[in-house]
Amino acid sequence: MIALFKHLKPYTRFILIILVSMLAGILLELYLPTLMASIVDIGIVDNDMGHILQTGGWMVVCSLLAGALTVIVTYFTSRVSVGFGRDLRRKLFIHVEGLSLQEFDRFGTASLITRTTNDIKQIQDVVNMMFGMMIRAPIMLIGGIILAVSRDAMLSLIFLASLPVLACLIFLIMRTAIPLFRSLQNKTDRLNLLLRESLTGLRVIRAFNRTDYEKKRFDQANEDYRDIGIKVNRMIAVLFPVMMIVMNFTNVAIVWFGGIRVNEGVMQVGNMIAFLQYAMMILMSLIMLSVAFIMIPRAQASATRINEVIQLHSQIKEPAQPESGKAVQGLLEFKDVTFRYAGAERAAVESVSFVARPGETTAIIGSTGSGKTTLLQLIPRFYDVERGSIEVDGVNIRDMSQKELRAKLGYVPQKAALFRGTIADNIRFGNGDIPQEQLEAALATAQAAQFVSAKEGGINAEVSQAGGNLSGGQKQRLSIARALARKPEIYLFDDSFSALDYKTDAKLRAALRQETGQATVIIVAQRVSTVIDADQIIVLDEGKVAGIGKHDELLKGNRIYQEIVASQQTEGASA
Amino acid sequence: MSNRRGMSPKVPMGASKPKDFKKTLRRLLGYLRPQRKKLITVAVMALMGTLFNVVSPKLLGEATSSIFDSFLKGTSVDFALLGKLLIWLIALYALSAAFTFLQQYLMAGVSQRTIAAMRKEVNEKLARLPLRFFDKHPYGDLLSRAVNDIDNINNSLQQALMQIITSIITIIGIIVMMLFISPLLTLVVCVTIPLSVIVIRFVAAKSQKYFISQQATLGQVNGHIEEIYGGHQIVKAYGYEDKALDTFDEMNERLYQTNWKAQFMSGLMMPMMMFIGNIGYVLVSIAGGILVLNGNIRIGDVQAFIQYSQQFNQPMMQAASIANMIQAALASAERVFAVLDEPEEPQEQRTLVDPKELHGSVSFQHVSFGYDSENPIIRDLNLEVKEGQTIAIVGPTGAGKTTMINLLMRFYEINGGRLKLGGADFNDMSREQVRSRFAMVIQDTWLFNGTIRDNIAYGKEGATEEEVVEAARRAYADDFIRTLPNGYDTVLTEEASNISQGQRQLLTIARAIISDPLILILDEATSSVDTRTEMNIQKAMKEIMEGRTSFVIAHRLSTIKDADLILVMNQGEIIEQGTHLELLRQKGFYADLHNSQFSQGQDEAVI
Repeated sequence: MIALFKHLKPYTRFILIILVSMLAGILLELYLPTLMASIVDIGIVDNDMGHILQTGGWMVVCSLLAGALTVIVTYFTSRVSVGFGRDLRRKLFIHVEGLSLQEFDRFGTASLITRTTNDIKQIQDVVNMMFGMMIRAPIMLIGGIILAVSRDAMLSLIFLASLPVLACLIFLIMRTAIPLFRSLQNKTDRLNLLLRESLTGLRVIRAFNRTDYEKKRFDQANEDYRDIGIKVNRMIAVLFPVMMIVMNFTNVAIVWFGGIRVNEGVMQVGNMIAFLQYAMMILMSLIMLSVAFIMIPRAQASATRINEVIQLHSQIKEPAQPESGKAVQGLLEFKDVTFRYAGAERAAVESVSFVARPGETTAIIGSTGSGKTTLLQLIPRFYDVERGSIEVDGVNIRDMSQKELRAKLGYVPQKAALFRGTIADNIRFGNGDIPQEQLEAALATAQAAQFVSAKEGGINAEVSQAGGNLSGGQKQRLSIARALARKPEIYLFDDSFSALDYKTDAKLRAALRQETGQATVIIVAQRVSTVIDADQIIVLDEGKVAGIGKHDELLKGNRIYQEIVASQQTEGASA
Repeated sequence: MSNRRGMSPKVPMGASKPKDFKKTLRRLLGYLRPQRKKLITVAVMALMGTLFNVVSPKLLGEATSSIFDSFLKGTSVDFALLGKLLIWLIALYALSAAFTFLQQYLMAGVSQRTIAAMRKEVNEKLARLPLRFFDKHPYGDLLSRAVNDIDNINNSLQQALMQIITSIITIIGIIVMMLFISPLLTLVVCVTIPLSVIVIRFVAAKSQKYFISQQATLGQVNGHIEEIYGGHQIVKAYGYEDKALDTFDEMNERLYQTNWKAQFMSGLMMPMMMFIGNIGYVLVSIAGGILVLNGNIRIGDVQAFIQYSQQFNQPMMQAASIANMIQAALASAERVFAVLDEPEEPQEQRTLVDPKELHGSVSFQHVSFGYDSENPIIRDLNLEVKEGQTIAIVGPTGAGKTTMINLLMRFYEINGGRLKLGGADFNDMSREQVRSRFAMVIQDTWLFNGTIRDNIAYGKEGATEEEVVEAARRAYADDFIRTLPNGYDTVLTEEASNISQGQRQLLTIARAIISDPLILILDEATSSVDTRTEMNIQKAMKEIMEGRTSFVIAHRLSTIKDADLILVMNQGEIIEQGTHLELLRQKGFYADLHNSQFSQGQDEAVI
């Protein structure tokens, strides 16, 4: 967590103001009981009305000033803690955006989202509370002790008894409570998981008549949660009365021993009353500290999660001196490429070499886990190869700027991703200067023109977050249109037609054939029918190239391809 | 400090208001009924604990007075009296602490039990709601009701309920004590009350406004983060990073603006109340000093007053946050009750029909159905399916093929006509009886968080190890399961990323096989599945269809051609039915569909 505090640096001045104002404010507050003691010991004892009024006036001034200072502290604390949250959130966002897919996979999207949203919020709350309590409490504690000692050093010995007792009790209770808190969190997660499952699996559960079984599972988790919840709350139920007892017994001791001191004539009654106030402040600040300490483990967990992300740097580095493409536009070459996912034993792609030329369609076929998608994702440098090289337009992609490389590509993923904004925004996507006609042509080719124009507002119709208001097929078509609109040199289609119905699929592929004209097209496919017309088919098996050639050639001489075809041909044969 | 927590921004400060305050409150209190004996005990404990707490400053004041008196008189302190007073005080403090502890200890059980009961009720309710309900309500919303809203109620039950009792007793008790000691000084303290009320109202109203807009902005920022992270590949591939950051910065800055204002406003409560407290303290000191001078009251009473005025602020601040908490809790309760009030599936009696005796024929007689009664999408459907026949359901995506599943599984009730299974009317059996004879393998490969063994055994209660392995073997899943490091004990994670989509499908087939159904509902769609797994799935599907009446959402031509009957669906309706050849001859929608597939590829396998 300390590592994150360096992000407080821009706020050094604000923090100084907070510290100074807080110190001054606390001193003023601590001064009040002293003034009150003077009212009693001088004003009342000596029957001096003037002194009472005058001291009272000073007290008013002091509390006014203390109040004003606290407002200043609150103001700057809000600015600093919220500003800190804002900066950290921004930093994390930029950082995550810069990560390659390799690092992204490591955490998972959902986890990265929680880290950027909830975890940051947790840290922000702690920083806010830190200024509110964790700095305030120690100052109050020390100031209170100093003033108490200065009132009567002997009487202060009482704190030697009560402070350690209180600290010990708080420590003991916390030590039992914190593991319980953790266990409660686990039970909460379990409960949420079961609930989510019973909703997502609704049909299956009912189809198999397992409602009762699910009910039992839920009840079990619910009871576990309840029992731990009761334990946690009972622990907390101990905490408060224990603290009260220590505080109150301290008061009793002060009055008793104070009485003795007054009797001996070494202490005045006003001072004793003031002493009571100081005792209250000292013990309260200790309690405040302990409350603050409950929050630390929670924030610590969040801080660790944030740091994990920040400490992770993208493996993919920009070249020092980027080169531009020199050879034919759209030429793509894999030279003995090997790649493995972090920590994987087996390479996902192994010794793959091929050339894809402009105007040609290269299809990649093979079973899941054969490395098709991985291979495709190496081209935009989502991952860096382990061995060998990939060249685009005659330049190793590691020597090209990522921006230039990606500008040459039109990538359509398996799962279409759309964003909040209009349809036009989504098609233009990061490339504002695409003219209207090009936009419409892309929509037409992608077989999206019809449903887009049927929407209210046409291409200016709003797309909701992550394309929630569109069907799977519609999203996929827009995602294809997005690639078409930028007229890339190389198209990368990753099994991109799966959500379309047959008619649309057929029309789309016919239109694509014309549109992609001189571009290089790479298609990852599951089915022979998709790849049958390709200029070259690359058959992948367990990450290795099992054969390259046209359909007919492969059909004659490639065992794996024959197997794939056979599995689908049994269907065709019966047709 | 408890006040500070009460005002924390985590409590949605009246962000949503309950529609019918009284009714919801009464109903919520109804949940506490079973615990009412405990609650009364808790209330009595709270009363006692607070009372003792309220009396003690007066006693402490007496002690101080006795010291002061002897000091003024110059006599020695009356330690006998002092000792007696202090022993009384120790007893009071101990009692007060004991009562406070007991009260909170009991309350922990009360609120947790109440909430657990409510959670159980919601869960059971969800199991009784018809599917129609879930089709209309996104599960994210239901989840939030069952989790967040119930949590909300829990928090306020635990805190608000107690604080109401203690706050009220404290306020009344303190006022009584103060009046008892000195009505004049009480008046002085009371001067600060309207001040506190004004401050609390002002701060609460202001900060609430900022909190609402903060919540809205926070939602936007989180939404943006979710979307951009979710589309990471595309953002990178299309160089969208800068634009995404621009949008983020704009939102983040707006969040900062509303957030710090909300924080500041709610943070003002503490210093302002402290200031008012200090003013009260000063006033008491001055006025008390003068009164002591005039001999109207004793010095210990002033000390007691100081303590009272300090204790007074806390319940005042609590009252402000309690109001918000209760409002939020009631709004949540209303959302939970709305689910509980949804009409349920009618409960039926199990009848004499023994589903095990039935044979696998299905007949639709003049069946009509629509998701809403005005728009029937199935009208007068007549269909006789004999045992062992295969019915293929075809049509483009979104044609409503799941409607057929919904009717057969009795997820939805038909609006007219009769549906019969093995000659017995659906309505003469319970839903459980009907479903016990069906099994379905659908595209949505739902598996739960548990071992592979448990997931397969899900299809049959009390399935033995041999049956599980046998089912896996017949579903062609045994091989891949054995290659997993933990075999059948492999725990499937929530997203089940440890096995592939195709393997998941094989497991769902094994689950169907073990249930040994009379009638099978299959969805052949296997998108994003590799060829070899696909082959296994096909073989497994053939295996399970063997000798069983099957309804197949067909994607393969062979299935369609071999089917005894094809139902062609489009836009939710059954538009044609017949065998492959009959339908081709009709030259209708089916023929069109079929030809469009074969115009380009000679051996197009998939339709």
